[in-house]
Amino acid sequence: MTLESNIPEGAIADKWDNHKFNVKLVNPANKRKFTIIVVGTGLAGASAAASLAELGYDVKIVSFHDSPRRAHSIAAQGGINAAKNYKNDGDSVHRLFYDTVKGGDFRAREANVHRLAQVSVNIIDQCAAQGVPFAREYGGMLDNRSFGGAQVSRTFYARGQTGQQLLLGAYQAMMRVVGLGMAELYNRTEVLEVVVKDGVACGVVCRNLVSGEVFSLAGHAVVMATGGYGNAFYLSTNAMQSNVTAAWRAHKQGAYFANPCYTQIHPTCIPASDDFQSKLTLMSESLRNDGRIWVPKEANDTRPAAQIPEEDRDYYLERRYPAFGNLVPRDIASRAAKREVDNGRGVGPQKNGVFLDFGAAIDRLGEDVIRDRYDNLFEMYDRITDENPYKMPMRIYPAVHYTMGGLWVDYNLMSNLPGLYVLGEANFSDHGANRLGASALMQGLADGYFVLPYTIGDYLAPMLGKPVVTAADPAFKAAETKVGDLTKKMLSIKGKRSVDDIHRELGKVLWDNCGMGRTEATLTKAISEIPAIREEFWTNVKVLGSNESMNQSLERAGRVADFLEFGELMCRDALHRKESCGGHFREEYQTEDGEALRDDENFAYVGAWEWEGVGNDPTLHKEQLTFENVHLATRSYK
Amino acid sequence: MSLSNMKLKVTVWRQAGPNAQGAFKDYDLDNISPEMSFLEMLDTLNEQLNDRGEEPIAFDHDCREGICGSCGVMIDGVPHGPERGTATCQLHMRKFQSGAHIKIEPFRASSFPINKDLSVDRSAFDRIIESGGYISAPTGTAPDANLIPIPKGVADVSMDAAQCIGCGACVAACPNGAAQLFTSAKIQHLNLMPQGQAERWDRTINMVDTMENFFGSCTNHGECEAACPKEISIDFIALMNRDFVKAQLKQRRLAGQVFP
Repeated sequence: MTLESNIPEGAIADKWDNHKFNVKLVNPANKRKFTIIVVGTGLAGASAAASLAELGYDVKIVSFHDSPRRAHSIAAQGGINAAKNYKNDGDSVHRLFYDTVKGGDFRAREANVHRLAQVSVNIIDQCAAQGVPFAREYGGMLDNRSFGGAQVSRTFYARGQTGQQLLLGAYQAMMRVVGLGMAELYNRTEVLEVVVKDGVACGVVCRNLVSGEVFSLAGHAVVMATGGYGNAFYLSTNAMQSNVTAAWRAHKQGAYFANPCYTQIHPTCIPASDDFQSKLTLMSESLRNDGRIWVPKEANDTRPAAQIPEEDRDYYLERRYPAFGNLVPRDIASRAAKREVDNGRGVGPQKNGVFLDFGAAIDRLGEDVIRDRYDNLFEMYDRITDENPYKMPMRIYPAVHYTMGGLWVDYNLMSNLPGLYVLGEANFSDHGANRLGASALMQGLADGYFVLPYTIGDYLAPMLGKPVVTAADPAFKAAETKVGDLTKKMLSIKGKRSVDDIHRELGKVLWDNCGMGRTEATLTKAISEIPAIREEFWTNVKVLGSNESMNQSLERAGRVADFLEFGELMCRDALHRKESCGGHFREEYQTEDGEALRDDENFAYVGAWEWEGVGNDPTLHKEQLTFENVHLATRSYK
Repeated sequence: MSLSNMKLKVTVWRQAGPNAQGAFKDYDLDNISPEMSFLEMLDTLNEQLNDRGEEPIAFDHDCREGICGSCGVMIDGVPHGPERGTATCQLHMRKFQSGAHIKIEPFRASSFPINKDLSVDRSAFDRIIESGGYISAPTGTAPDANLIPIPKGVADVSMDAAQCIGCGACVAACPNGAAQLFTSAKIQHLNLMPQGQAERWDRTINMVDTMENFFGSCTNHGECEAACPKEISIDFIALMNRDFVKAQLKQRRLAGQVFP
């Protein structure tokens, strides 16, 4: 099967407008005849559900949280980009487009990125109208800051809680349509299967997480906005429940998984403290605007930071990248930190961090200014580490944070399975091999508010009056049986090891072999080790309790079972991509100064994998990427 | 690296399901590190329970960064435990002494029925939001964001209210099981903003009415503010009450014409 990206004709700046005119429309009175199932209620899912219901579609919303407001978009701290040029500093749609393609290390689809930059301005308008309390200047106008490797100030923010405020805006819009009876919400409900009949996605099988009841929802289209797969690594900044299950089960039904090896390691997280650690905590990248990153010049310097004089400190980012300094993109900052720690210059009790120092900023601006900008982050750091960042530098280290890979989608955000749409972090399309800071919120809301509501009509319009597959269809019954059988199997193993214990083992294999640096040797090793862990899971996992009540071990077991299959695909993708790009750093492929060395000749494509069964080699499909507007170049932040 | 040297006794509420009879159960723990978060202590206990064939304790949690509002238990009778302005996931064991005996219960309120063990159903909060906790601005209708200037002070106070994480600690702390702090924070976030004016009075009445269908009444104890992990001020309750009185007047056909 060839991958049809369905990119519209025309100049890059005209594609989206042309396409919006050319897509088929569904008459307003007919929209209610179409049922759309939205899975996930983060920024992408909630914004899509609200917008589709406002248009008049019959929307069913599924969230595994107790309240849809708890989706992990809520934890995004820094901000959201938009090409508003409110700062009069030369920003434009084209510049945001250019920065995103370049920042993604030329592995994103140009047309999608341009559309993202175009609709970014509408997102800010929409959110402001909803009452999102963005930061303001004294004159009442919106404030912006520079963020994550951009040389213009285009990031809108609400203190250090931008994700929370944007999500609450989308959640409130969604609850409005739920309250008005225009959409139906299924909370504490997890999607465990995507139902495909005659090659078309026609519904999902769910499990009620309180009662254990398994039931089906049928619809004309399924919209998956289920987030990323960073928790495959066990330790990440993702929420504890974030998982790949819905996406993975769609993959096993035929949806292609694209670029799974593109994982983003965020440079500013609190280093792990011990084995009991359940997750890692991100410190917003905005801290790099005022914090200076350094390590002692000499390895194994154990003096406290305050006793290390200026001349014994190495501000290595400022030294190596004078133009961008502490604001280099995430992949570069992360790798640089790893290099310092690997060279024995790490700091902290486990020598597993680097300093992020606000001393100079406090001297220059005063403690009050710094408090105003970052107080909630400083407090959080203090609470976790018992160290006061106003008095001593923070210790930070990179951690898995975001996943650029995801289910393959075309320009309309539809996967290769007709009727299955994928939004937000769950798809692969906009960030290439590396995502820029403050772009995840932008993409989630772009997909949900301003892309899907236009493109989905093109698929639905021809279905008017045609028979639909209902939940009584044998395809649904078979899928329900399959879900029930899987649950029974996990409960019946009654082995010796807990789900978390096995997950930790998988996470360590992935982090050690498919983390910030990868080689052919480490990846081959991981691919040989993962099947054994999978075998261990299916013969020796211990899941207590029953299906018929709330059972959090059972929920986690299903998710870990999927990570055990997914992890192997991630390593296979990383192994096949014999180049370094963005978050995928193959140590064999680097420049003399240790920067990522791309191979545009052979790898300027999207690698979309087709499932061939557990333990079998997946089939690779390629979507060639062309760069007509942003010319292929080596990224340089010097 | 850290010292795993704390010994604890914990007394935990165990309840098999929404309609089952619950009871307290004691567990002894050693090798708890002061660096652990409170939820990591529960993780450790759950691993031990699983090992010895006892079903782990169900508790809600997700982001473990104090922002999603999933977690929350009563710790020695206090929602989210002893540290002010801190959600359960951000509470660390260094705040406890070795040898401590800690009592852990679910949030207690009749409007938060127990799902299992420490997990409660807080969907009454969603019912309050869907009754009016929004600004009706269907996608695509918005004017340019800078067309509506908002004084910084107004945006800041609105944000103070908007940062509510919806955890329910305010309800659990209240002797009456009232949800005034949550509801007022949600109402005032929107009522303070220029964009929120069109629906201000209807919003206030609808959300307060819905709140009263589920929750008890406020008698000014102030326990909610003390328990709030975001330290949201009870001043917002006063503002809500003011808006509610004005809204009632505005609902009268004649009086509504007189009082703008």
